[in-house]
This record gives sequence, C-alpha cells and structure tokens, in this order.
Amino acid sequence: MEASTLGWVANMAASVGLSIAILVLVSLGLSVLFGMMGIINLAHGEFLMFGAFATLAGVRSGLPLPIAMVLATAVVAGFGWVVERALIRHLYGRLADSMLATWGLSLIMSQVAVYVFGPTTQGIPTPGGSLQVGGYSISVYSIVLILAAFALLGMVYAVFTQTRYGVMARAAVQRPQMASAIGIDPRRINALTFMLGAGLAGAAGALLAPMVGVMPTMGEAYIARAFMTVVVGGSGVLTGAAAASTLLGGVENVVSYLSTPFFGQAALLVLAICLVRVMPTGISGRLRRKL
Amino acid sequence: MIRILPWLAALCLAFLTQSPAIAADKEPIMVGSVLDETGGLNVYGKAMADATKLAIKSINDSGGVLGRPLKLVTYDAQSDNSKYTTYANQLALRDRVAVIMGGVTSASREAIRPVADRNKTLYFYNEQYEGGVCDKNVFTTGIVPSQQIAPLVDWAIKNGKKKFYVLAADYNYGHISADWVKQYVTKAGGSVVGTDFIPLDVSEFGSVISKLQEAKPDVVFSLLVGGNHIAFYRQFAAAGLSSHMQIVSATFGLGNEQVVLSPKEANGIVVAFPYFQELGGASNDKFRESWTKAYGANYPYITDSAVAVWNGWHLWAMAVEKAGSTDRDKVIAALESGVGFDGPSGKVSVDAGTHHLVQSVHIARANESHGFTVIGDQQSVAPGYERSVCNLIANPKMARQFTPSNAN
Repeated sequence: MEASTLGWVANMAASVGLSIAILVLVSLGLSVLFGMMGIINLAHGEFLMFGAFATLAGVRSGLPLPIAMVLATAVVAGFGWVVERALIRHLYGRLADSMLATWGLSLIMSQVAVYVFGPTTQGIPTPGGSLQVGGYSISVYSIVLILAAFALLGMVYAVFTQTRYGVMARAAVQRPQMASAIGIDPRRINALTFMLGAGLAGAAGALLAPMVGVMPTMGEAYIARAFMTVVVGGSGVLTGAAAASTLLGGVENVVSYLSTPFFGQAALLVLAICLVRVMPTGISGRLRRKL
Repeated sequence: MIRILPWLAALCLAFLTQSPAIAADKEPIMVGSVLDETGGLNVYGKAMADATKLAIKSINDSGGVLGRPLKLVTYDAQSDNSKYTTYANQLALRDRVAVIMGGVTSASREAIRPVADRNKTLYFYNEQYEGGVCDKNVFTTGIVPSQQIAPLVDWAIKNGKKKFYVLAADYNYGHISADWVKQYVTKAGGSVVGTDFIPLDVSEFGSVISKLQEAKPDVVFSLLVGGNHIAFYRQFAAAGLSSHMQIVSATFGLGNEQVVLSPKEANGIVVAFPYFQELGGASNDKFRESWTKAYGANYPYITDSAVAVWNGWHLWAMAVEKAGSTDRDKVIAALESGVGFDGPSGKVSVDAGTHHLVQSVHIARANESHGFTVIGDQQSVAPGYERSVCNLIANPKMARQFTPSNAN
C-alpha cells in the first residue's frame, strides 16, 4: 500500500473510531440505568457536564490530568449515590414521574454549574501531540479516547459478569421476585447501579473535557445522541450501546465526511428512526441479549 | 397565569435596575437592552451586557442626556431566539423606551428588527455581522464583511496563501458570510476549495479535520460561532494541523476563544476587528481603566462586541443631545448629520446613507499570553458594500437586508 493511501485509511479509521467512541462514552451510563433499572435519566447530560467541570477543577488545583479524571469520576459517582437515595428511590416503577424529576434535576444542575463556575466556556488543553502517518496527522488523544471507550465497555462487562454485585444486579432485573426471595436487597443494588451509571457519565465528561469547550450547557450537545443510541441499542446494556454506537457513529461520521456535518446529523436521525421501526425493542432486543 | 408573568417580571426588574445617582430629580429617560446573558450564547452576550451597564453609568455620571438620567431596562433572552420577539415587544409597548439596543446573533437581530420597525422604536444592533441591513430605523455599530472579511482575505493573499477552506456556523450569519469570503477570495485571485456549514450543537470535528487534511488548503477561514465550536480550534491543533494551515477568522475572539484555549492552541490565528484590548491611545486607556474599576482586573478580555455596544450608547446619547429630543425621527436626523467620537477603538462616525459606522480596523494575531498582537491597521474604513447598495437619505422607506446572492 502506498504511504498516502495508508495515511488516508489510518486517518479515516481514527476519525470514524472517535465518533463511535464518543457515542459509546456518552451513552454507556444511560444504557446501564435504562437496561438495569428501567430509569430514563434526563439529567444524564448534566452528570456528564459535572464530570467535565470536576476534571477542570482538579486540573486547576494542580492535579495531573489522569488523576483529576479518576477523581472526577468518583465524585460524580458519589453524587449519583446521593441523588438515588434522595430522589430516584421514591420513583421506581413510575417512568413518567422519574423522567420529570430527573429533568428538573438537570435544570438545577446546570444552574448550579453556572453559579459555581460561571457561564462562560472554559477548557483544558488537549494533551498528547499528533502522529504522522503518510501525510496525514492524527491526534494522539483521539486514540486515547477510543481505547478508553473499549476499556470502559470491558470494565462494565467485567462488573456485571465477574462481581457478586453484577450477578445480583442481573438477577434483580431478570427475576425480581426470585431475587428478593433469595435475599438480594434490591434497594442496595439499585443504589449501586445508579452510582455506576452516574460514574460512567462522569467518566465520559472527564474524558471529553480536554477535547471540547467545558460549559454548563455542554450536556445538551450530547444528550440527544445518547438517547438515540440507547433507544436504538435497546435494553442490553453492552451489546446495545456498542452496536448502536458503531452503526450511528459510523454513519454520522462517513456521511459528514462525504457531505457536511449537517447531513451527518440528519443521517444519524434517519437511521435511528428506521432502526427503531424495524426493531422496536432495539438491536439488543432483536439479538435477545440481556447484557 | 400567563397574564401574571409579565407583571412578575416587571416586579423583579423594579428591584434589579439600579437608580442613577445624578440628575435623579428629573424624570429619567427609559432605554432598553436585550442580550443573551445566560445559555450557550452568553460567551458573547456577557461582555456586551457588562458594556451596556458601564456605558449607561458613564453617561449618567457625566450628567445624563438632556439633563435627564438614563434608566436602563434589561432583559436576558437566555440564548432563546423566541424570547427576543417577546422582550422587544415589551420594551417598545410596555416600557416605552426611547431606544432598544441588543441582539447577539443575526438571527436575534432579525427577531428584534421587525418589532422595532412596527412600533417605531429606534433600534441599535451592536455586533459584528454579515452586513447589508438597510433600514431607516436601525443603526449598526459592528463591522461588516467589507470592513473585516476583505482585509483578512487581502492579508492572507499578500502572504502567499491562496487556497481557502471555509468553515461556517449553520445559520444566516455563516451562510451569508461564507458567500462573502468566496466573493472576496475570487476577486483577490485565490480559490475556495471547500465550504462546510456546522450546526451550532456540533462539538466533534473529526470528519471536518479529515476533509481539511485531504483538501490541503493554505488558509482555513473560520466563521464558527458559540461555545461548542471552540472545540474545532482545539481538535485542529491536537491533530497537528496548525503548523501547515493558517486559520483566519471573523469570529475568533468575540467569545474569548483566545482565553479559553491554551496559547499553544490559539497561537497564530489571525483576526480583524476594530477593537483589541492591547490597542494604544488615550481613549482606550481611559476606557480600560473604567472597565477595570467596575469589573475588576481579572476580567477575561474586553471583546470587540463590548466596545461596539459602548460606541452604540455613546453615539445615541450624542445624537439625542444634538437633536434636543428623544423623538425618533429627530434622533435619526441627528445621527445622519454625522455624529462621531474618539472611542476606545479609535475614531468612529455614523455613515449617513447606510446607518453603519466608518471606523478603523485592526488586524491581529493571537499570542502566547491569551491576548492579541496587533500586526496591521486600516484607518476610517467605510462600509463599502453597504454604500454601494443602500442609501437611506435617498430611500428613507427602505427596510431590508442586502446579501451578496441577491445583490449581484
């Protein structure tokens, strides 16, 4: 293969891979909450935004970026636990009410961010330089993001298959009565699951912070895409998020590349509508995958 | 409930608007402002709102207008275009203000303009924009493409950069300005090898960066707008493109992009505006001193839009003094008689036929210290295109916007 062709392929792979990775990152937390608890968390974008601001605050106070990211994720996960205890646990099984409550929560969270951090856009410079491949250059950080998306998928898989909590959480969602009959405490499981979902949103915000502008309204830019991914993916947490992200992210990026980002967004929406029409239970529903 | 809301808003405003200290015994002149102080567009609106308050204070401190203090009524449009129509109506009909200033995006201007026209309330739009508004009732103090895009294109071509790629925000400002870039580039002997319109909620530029790498332009002309689009400059630098492509922009800096980005990411981006904080001159020194006194030494950066707002209020106040009345027609006549002053950005004066400003334009490069280094200037630049299509002295009834596609 010629060097320039190789460069083109590498560049496209990184670019498409990044689009997919971003969708995986922003939708994974939402997917966990929807698949495991049946909760539609409309404040998901704001959890993500909190993660980004927490990272920013960490970096500003002198922490190295990776440590700031891990801490930010932990902080958002902790905040998720508080939210579950104070608000969400009263609303299980009441889909419309929980949507309304989390929507209200999202408004409060973005306003709190305005008060604490100010309304203006802020940011962290992108770490890492760029790689040269056959006349094309690729940002190193975009490769880091792709790897991070894989790592988070792997981690969620490990949590749900390898840990005691994961097995109990799956039992609680698949056979709730049987699970409580054998002594699994659904309240504890739910709090942990919500914490995991919030933490994943926080991690997404932390990872995206060095690539975009960090601002109180940044959640809005991702929330619609995250929902689309979860709806198309269905209730299988991992299969759904991964398959839907690959399809939607891939199509959006390629169409944007061939035409303009406007048509890229339009293609994503059209594809999502078609997929939901053909597979009303989502990709994972069609594949009969629970995880 | 709906009927109560405006009254609640009025009640809140009564608490919020500060009463002027001087000339308070005389009946105040009501003036109005609508800007985006919250939401995604407040990256632009915040500095403009601060400039509004400071301008009103400075006018009141020097004795007000016609011996009467100004009383400012402000509304926050929250980056929601539909609110502009509502608040412009409230300012014109309920608050009965002598002048409405405001609007951040061109879309918001086009929401206010018909309301102000219909209610015969004088309107000032104080922000850089795509040009061509020709309306007896409207004055604009920001620069237009013939004062901004033309010098930027000339600068690039003069430096041997002939291949342009245009990235523009996907609404009226971006589309019309992209037409302008194409026209000026073609006229100057360069070529536009690609144009992409980016929706305002896009913050992932991977596909755009791939396309840039393939088209290999010398110059990327950015007409990107808002907080999400800041990500482009970051991802462009991270992909290592800044070493072989020059970004020039008509919008970079208005949202303090050079403060948000690291010097490594912003360094070298070339822009053109009338005002930069770094400009010399006694009037800028004085202006900066009063700004620092009001908002502290740590203010991120006083944007060009903030100075356009400052100029708008002072030009209007001068015209009212000259007219001896706040009557709309008399004030318009006074503005058309050639009101001008030595503002923070240099000399500015109202161009009678077009209702735009004749003003200095400075070309600058983003530097290592989150600011700009001025690298060139043109004095007293006229709104050339507007002059060629718009003459409000000869056609006082005109109220429309000319664009390059409908003018040629």
